[in-house]
Amino acid sequence: MKENKKTYWKGLEELTNQPEFVKNAEREFPEAPSVLGGEEGASRRDFLKLMGFSLAAASLAACEAPVRKAIPYVNKPVDVNPSIPNYYASTFASGGDYASIVVKTREGRPIKIDGNELSPINGKGVNAIVEASVLSLYDKQRLKGPHIDGELTDWSTLDSQLKSALGSAGSVKIVTNTILSPSTQKALDKFAESVGGEIITYDPVSNYGILKAAETSYGVSGLPTYKFDNAKVIVSFGADFLGTWISPTEFARQYVKGRKITKENPNMSRHFQFESNLSLTGANADYRTPIKPSQSGLAVLALYNALARKGGAATVSGASVEIANIDQAANELWSNRGNSIVVSGSNDPNVQIVINAINDLLGNNGKTVDFSKPSYFRKGDDEKMNKFVTDLKAGRVGGVVFYNCNPVYDFAKGADVEEGISKAKVSVSTNSTMDETASLVKFVAPDHHYLESWNDFNPRSGEYSLSQPTISPLFDTRQAQESFLVWAGESSNYFDFLKDNWSESLMGTQSEISDSQEFWDRSLYNGVYSDGSESEEVSGSVDVSAAATAIGRSYKADNAGAELSIYTKVGIGSGTYANNPWLQEMSDPISKATWDNYLTVSQKWAKDNNVKMVEGATKKAKITVGDKSLVVPVLVQPGQADGTFGLALGYGRTKAGRVANGVGVNAYELLDLSKGFVNYDITEGVSVEITSDAYKIAQTQTHQTYMGRDFVIQEATLADYKKDASAGRYQPKIYKEGEFVKPSKVSLWKGHKYSQHHWGLAIDMNSCIGCGACTVACQVENNVAVVGKQEVLNRREMAWIRIDRYYSSPEGASSNSELEKAADNPEVTFQPMMCQHCNNAPCETVCPVAATTHSSEGLNQMTYNRCIGTRYCANNCPYKVRRFNWFKYHDNKDFSTVNVAQNDDLGKMVLNPDVTVRARGVIEKCSMCVQRIQLGKLTAKKEARKVQDGEINTACAAACPTDAIVFGDMNDPESKITKMLKIEENTTSAVKEVNEERAYHVLEEINVSPNVWYFTKIRNKEKSEA
Amino acid sequence: MSINRSLSRVPMKISTLVMLFFLSFGTQVFAAHPDVSDAEEAIAAGKSIFNANCRTCHRLDQKNVGPALRGVTDRHSIDWTKRFIRNSQALIASGDAEAVAIYNEYNQLAMPSHEFLSDDELLDLLAYIEYGDKADASAAAAGGEGGEGVAGGTGVPSEYLTIILGVLVLVLFLILVVLGLIISILNKYLDTQKLEEDDKQFVNQKYDFGKILKSDAFIIIITTIVIALVAKTAIDELYTVGVQQGYAPKQPIAFSHELHAGQYEIQCQYCHTGVELGKSANIPSANICMNCHMHIQNVGGKDGISPEIQKIYNAVDNDQPIEWVRVHNLPDLSYFNHAQHVVVGGVECQTCHGPIEEMEVVYQHSSLTMGWCIDCHRQTNIRFEKNEYYDKLVQLHKDSKEPLKVKDIGGLECAKCHY
Repeated sequence: MKENKKTYWKGLEELTNQPEFVKNAEREFPEAPSVLGGEEGASRRDFLKLMGFSLAAASLAACEAPVRKAIPYVNKPVDVNPSIPNYYASTFASGGDYASIVVKTREGRPIKIDGNELSPINGKGVNAIVEASVLSLYDKQRLKGPHIDGELTDWSTLDSQLKSALGSAGSVKIVTNTILSPSTQKALDKFAESVGGEIITYDPVSNYGILKAAETSYGVSGLPTYKFDNAKVIVSFGADFLGTWISPTEFARQYVKGRKITKENPNMSRHFQFESNLSLTGANADYRTPIKPSQSGLAVLALYNALARKGGAATVSGASVEIANIDQAANELWSNRGNSIVVSGSNDPNVQIVINAINDLLGNNGKTVDFSKPSYFRKGDDEKMNKFVTDLKAGRVGGVVFYNCNPVYDFAKGADVEEGISKAKVSVSTNSTMDETASLVKFVAPDHHYLESWNDFNPRSGEYSLSQPTISPLFDTRQAQESFLVWAGESSNYFDFLKDNWSESLMGTQSEISDSQEFWDRSLYNGVYSDGSESEEVSGSVDVSAAATAIGRSYKADNAGAELSIYTKVGIGSGTYANNPWLQEMSDPISKATWDNYLTVSQKWAKDNNVKMVEGATKKAKITVGDKSLVVPVLVQPGQADGTFGLALGYGRTKAGRVANGVGVNAYELLDLSKGFVNYDITEGVSVEITSDAYKIAQTQTHQTYMGRDFVIQEATLADYKKDASAGRYQPKIYKEGEFVKPSKVSLWKGHKYSQHHWGLAIDMNSCIGCGACTVACQVENNVAVVGKQEVLNRREMAWIRIDRYYSSPEGASSNSELEKAADNPEVTFQPMMCQHCNNAPCETVCPVAATTHSSEGLNQMTYNRCIGTRYCANNCPYKVRRFNWFKYHDNKDFSTVNVAQNDDLGKMVLNPDVTVRARGVIEKCSMCVQRIQLGKLTAKKEARKVQDGEINTACAAACPTDAIVFGDMNDPESKITKMLKIEENTTSAVKEVNEERAYHVLEEINVSPNVWYFTKIRNKEKSEA
Repeated sequence: MSINRSLSRVPMKISTLVMLFFLSFGTQVFAAHPDVSDAEEAIAAGKSIFNANCRTCHRLDQKNVGPALRGVTDRHSIDWTKRFIRNSQALIASGDAEAVAIYNEYNQLAMPSHEFLSDDELLDLLAYIEYGDKADASAAAAGGEGGEGVAGGTGVPSEYLTIILGVLVLVLFLILVVLGLIISILNKYLDTQKLEEDDKQFVNQKYDFGKILKSDAFIIIITTIVIALVAKTAIDELYTVGVQQGYAPKQPIAFSHELHAGQYEIQCQYCHTGVELGKSANIPSANICMNCHMHIQNVGGKDGISPEIQKIYNAVDNDQPIEWVRVHNLPDLSYFNHAQHVVVGGVECQTCHGPIEEMEVVYQHSSLTMGWCIDCHRQTNIRFEKNEYYDKLVQLHKDSKEPLKVKDIGGLECAKCHY
């Protein structure tokens, strides 16, 4: 009966069945918590003291209730009603990371960010960083006003001193990350003009290689617009386009369009990935080949040559390199000419030129890779920046202005910038915190947070968006553009400047609205505007031979030395938002580690160096690149190419704030600039030595395990699926009265009746890319506490939704050595896991106080004020989704540096007022966003109509960029979920007849009858293999 | 006290019925303009326009801030009336004699313009003014103010109740006395009779109270009763911990609901604007107070500015919000939404807040305990008429003899209020 013979494991300790893992897996809860601060447990005396106190408190409470005030507005704004949320379209842009968003505000406070459905770029999805950015608004470490020499001052003093200082500074350089805003650019140009300055753009995570290649090949300045949805074959050389590369939310949305399959349309794209570190994209690939960074250029050349041979074009010379799957990729690309895409994450312009040539050969230009409608997400010029830093260090720069950028931390030569700033006569920063750069400059003119600002954006040719303030400025800050206008001697304020710009440049591109105010209002309401311009033809021939020669010089087929591939994590990114505890505690999609960066090492290296990683316990290693060295913990990463190491950027902040300071190490200083571009692949001069220092990485991967129960993951290959739609399904049967029946036919329970609604979730594991946006969305929506690294190590993370990442080994592998070999490059499956809202819920039957009960709409309800904390429910939950509040996480100084959203006055403003902040000693879990369900029902009732499908959505489903999570009413015959699950007859019964072959319940054999359905994972592979 | 209050609602209902009676059969007093329709729809439409726009300053049959309106089409032309309602200031500025006269008569208070009202709406409004709510007139004619009349009526039955109870106690006492007398008479009679020894013993038996007091049974019974009483009192007391029924804190401004909601019959929603929108009913912001208190500066037509009203002016002038004291403090762990109850459930404000229109100082009328919530959810019928949302539930419920109640559709479930 066991159809799927793969072995699934969450961590290497599970695969090899380490005793420590088994011990922890068998124990539902970690050992009883010690009192924070190292004291021993409470004594009997303490208990009596507490008793006495509580009695006194209770009697006091009985005498007099505290007087609470109800303070209304003096002048209530017309459209602000207490308890009614308002939504504003706006835009998130940080460096070149861009998302058009909708901001939910309550009583004038932004509390939640969702994607803007009208946006042609990111649509309704946002990634974890954007989702979490609302908390950075309430960061206490933001500057409260302008500073001169580190002293608080006022704006007029700063303006007058700064103007006179700049007047005599000599050459002025304005340093910035990518600016997507035309008006900001204009304001900055005016400022630059007034001081005779030059604008220098760099990006913490540079894509200069692509920009340079586009310039060389086609004379286009900008990144091409990629259309992964049009591609049937996708080949990526180290580009983590689903996780971190350029515009991941957009690409994920497109990618999954080509991966959604049904019985009627069983076609999906095939994805080849060649990379060193196991990235989120690699984890989703059908065929993944681990390669060394030193081979990556040659691999691209090999693909070019293979295609050139097929197309009869001239091949180029290049050292031959044996890389698995290149030929297969070439064959499939060739047979899908015009419907395929080849991308590379390399920052080497030569590699990108060859990539351009490949896409040209395949006829993909204009179809899946469009240079005629360029995107502007990255504009950084590594060469110019490098020259500037050299000049700055040499004291050749008179004045330097840093516009919202932090090169001391996030540029390869940060130390040189640090040294150079003191040599400039005038140094200015508009950064909103005293970060690594701002703390060194003389004048700090802090910018508003983006949720307090007006701005416009032009992320792509023809596409525009606006941002608007959603709250009055919290501090005495000033929008940087306004500062630039003031310093340039302009009289208009930035809002008027922006508005005039908008109507001046865009009013003429449409004819629908004739009034410019109305046009502005409409644009602001929608948040986005497309000018509908036709893209211009781009022509140019790619000169591949020069690039090939250059590649031949700098890449090697057989580098024996260690190689370092520096990457960015999905949650932390470049590190700009590192001071956000939601992002720090979000477990990395692949390593499942929190609160750290680490050196990812291959299993072979670990074995050779005798590193055994069990439950996060590991050792530190010293990595040396040239003359710089860092000591970092190692993390044994299945899928890591042998001989390579990975290290994430974004950590090791020293002046980010109390959350991020001292978390991890700064990898920026290891980046290499010697080839004229920021090189993330360090292939020479790398050495790694293991030290004897023990260390613990807070990984969540093996927490909440299923005790060896099988069939949690059900998957099939596309070929099998085409033959049989139920391929890969495990269909357990139970013996009853002489025959084998489905488990749902055997029940002790009478079964619930759901007469009105039957809420449920359908989760397509083929669409889930594991990005984790849902986990942060859930944290924001439901006031989930952040517990910090130590508590994660204690296995007490509070997340209501987790994404389980399973590695799998090929069928038939049974011996440990075979399994471990497979672990060198395993298949990966992501499974979002939250409360399954079982109809026969095991938790409900064991609660002694009926604190967890079932609703008449299919929800498993958790009543905090009734819970007495026996934790029987969590013990009895087969999915391990119940969380216990071991501590009072709010208003507790022990958690004030990690759980900022529940501990300081400002942080608390982000809390969702509709959801209780849980107390110590109670269990909590996913409520299927019952507050949203109740609100949606109320809206329908007030309007005397039925609930429309789609008007109620859970936070996770709303945030999902790929629609992998679908929420709906299974009693509504018209709902999307009913149609997805093919529920034919709508009954009021809790047990629905589901006809979709791919749909299954996790642990169906125990018949707890969940209301969450999973769809089998389908891989586009020829045969089942790793 | 509580019996008193619950009984007081009965005569209120009766008085409403009486009013309705007057409404339907009231006779026409004024000769209205023939263009003004007396169709019921027009009157109803006019009433809502009136309540939304005019009621703050006008009554039909009484002078208020502005003149009593009934008969206006008799006094002025329809066209003039419409122009005056739409933009009285323009009319006054144009030097129209009638308009200027009214303006001067009412202390030169400017009436806001109502340009947004269409011709048809104005006719509906006039229909209401001329033909609507005749009870208003009779109440006024009766000389008593509405609020007091109702309040006066409520005292009567409670007095009756006391009298009846008193009489009952008296009767019982008399019966006790009579019984005692009968026993002593019978004893005396028995004494005079010749009785056998057994009977004699029975008649003249002496009780040894000391012995009874010392008996185990007695001690156990008494102890049990004492423990039970103490436990009951303790439990009852514990249940009142945190229950603030009757809580009537002093407010920063001596605002009287009795005056505003009772005497002037200002709609609750006029100030508590959120009550139909969402969770919060909203304590009105000072600018809402100013809608009226721009003109009304003192109570009872006195000269000068009342010190209480002055506090509103201070708040507005200094941009300092008024810090009202919360009367109804629901714990944070329970979610309550006004709109659900008021809009969907059609629950009257008074059902939970009590006779707010009689409260000089607002107090917490209901206990606001979970038992109190649940009790109501058990008893209340769903208002499913004309609400498509409930169609399926009603369909499934139609075989039942019991009406569809809140409890039948999950109204007792935890996550309806706790999340």
